[in-house]
Amino acid sequence: MSNKNHHDKIERSVGLLAILTIVAISFGTLVLITPLFFLDETTQPVDGMTPYTALQLEGRDIYVREGCVGCHSQMIRPFRAEVERYGHYSVAGESVWDHPFLWGSKRTGPDLARVGERYSDDWHHAHLMDPRSVVPQSNMPAFPWLDKNVLDGKYTAKKMQVLQRYGVPYSDEDIAGAAAAVQGKTEMQALIAYLQSLGTHLK
Amino acid sequence: MSSFWSAWIIVLTLPVLIGCAILLTWNLKNYVGVPEDETTGHEVDGIEEINNPLPRWWTYMFILTLVWSVFYLAAYPGLGNWKGFLGWTSSNQGIKSLEESQLAVTKAVEEGRNVELDREMVRADEVYGPVFQQFAKRDVLDLAYDDDAIKIGQRLFLQNCSLCHGSDARGQHGFPNLTDNDWLYGGTPDKIKETLLHGRKAAMPGWFDALGEQGIKEMTAYVLSLSGRSVNERDAEAGKTKFALCAACHGPDGKGSLAHNLPFGAPNLTDNIWLYGGSARAVEETLTKGRNGVMPAFKQTLGEDKVHILTAYVYRLAHPEKPAEQQ
Repeated sequence: MSNKNHHDKIERSVGLLAILTIVAISFGTLVLITPLFFLDETTQPVDGMTPYTALQLEGRDIYVREGCVGCHSQMIRPFRAEVERYGHYSVAGESVWDHPFLWGSKRTGPDLARVGERYSDDWHHAHLMDPRSVVPQSNMPAFPWLDKNVLDGKYTAKKMQVLQRYGVPYSDEDIAGAAAAVQGKTEMQALIAYLQSLGTHLK
Repeated sequence: MSSFWSAWIIVLTLPVLIGCAILLTWNLKNYVGVPEDETTGHEVDGIEEINNPLPRWWTYMFILTLVWSVFYLAAYPGLGNWKGFLGWTSSNQGIKSLEESQLAVTKAVEEGRNVELDREMVRADEVYGPVFQQFAKRDVLDLAYDDDAIKIGQRLFLQNCSLCHGSDARGQHGFPNLTDNDWLYGGTPDKIKETLLHGRKAAMPGWFDALGEQGIKEMTAYVLSLSGRSVNERDAEAGKTKFALCAACHGPDGKGSLAHNLPFGAPNLTDNIWLYGGSARAVEETLTKGRNGVMPAFKQTLGEDKVHILTAYVYRLAHPEKPAEQQ
């Protein structure tokens, strides 16, 4: 066997194979992902954006808990069909404070990236209690327990502190007042507050 | 993108392409020391390893991919700040506000860049724009009895309005019936259009703190008596003495803000048409908690031309018969 057969060496050494595989893959990561951490387009918020209020933040966590992201995307792609239906296409600057982002990839229901201010609070309440009451052909499940569960605000301040560490510009007053801001509110109110805030900065 | 990151991407991408080409060339040569198509001498359970070369078709596809990637990176925006010789991009990226987005559209046209979304929008505007403009020029009262306009209006209504007002437009709890010619903010074409373009926000405060439980009960009786319902007379009398609270919006006669040319959207309480239910319990709830109906604005979503047609459709809902003087 010729000693020029380097391929044979790589194939027979799992460690070498792993290292070279990582080197090969890392080129893609370095090119496609690394610059995004440093570009204005992907790190700076859109004009006039404010972080979620304490209540909206709790609503976001309920959105995560109930698995809304499994059926609703939050990403309007730049096609006419989407722009006409949902509004201006989503841009990176709208998601810079979302940890993690909830873009989703499945649309059993409509995209929610700009659902904020699209319907009234009353409508959302009726719709979450019983989707069929306002959209007869809907196959969305009902979420009536949200109206009964009351937030205790135990971790609201902590969550905001963690996000502050990720660079979300919460002031210390925001964090100090977090528990009081959600005290006595239902999960329904929190979720509606979150939904009504979605995408309103580019509307 | 700063020139550093642009250079970063170019410096990493191009050598990788070259590296792939070198790897391929290297793998095409036979270093195994055994002629192609002959056994390498490895055998496990009677299965022999033959020194097979890379299939030809696979090699050609690899070469094709490399050639394509060079063309792609030259033609499309893939290498840092290089915009590609086709000037193509899917949308205007990096915008931070709607104004910037609109400016970017104009700028792309000036620079002769080929923005896919912008082109799609312009094309659609050329095809569908004149259709809507043709209707937008005509009077709402005229459109309301034009079959084509009503067909378009119905589509728009089903897609955008039926979620609250129902596909038959007869509304539901908290969302007004649009077919009964009973209006909160006015049923003239101008007012309907205003409502559609800019939305409405109603604000009925809760009166529990001011009236107390007994007070709410009395006011409920009086409010129900306004539309001729039989109620406890004594309660109604007591409620009447405090009606000044309600008269600020609903008018001293309870006929609603529209009857007094006021823009509050406070319903007429004397007509037995109820937005949140007309049972004693529903009225009590309204008085206790207040109501905050919201009609969203559709100017941004639909644009003025479509709203114009929709106005005609909504007007038609309340006036199904063409008036005699127009026939």
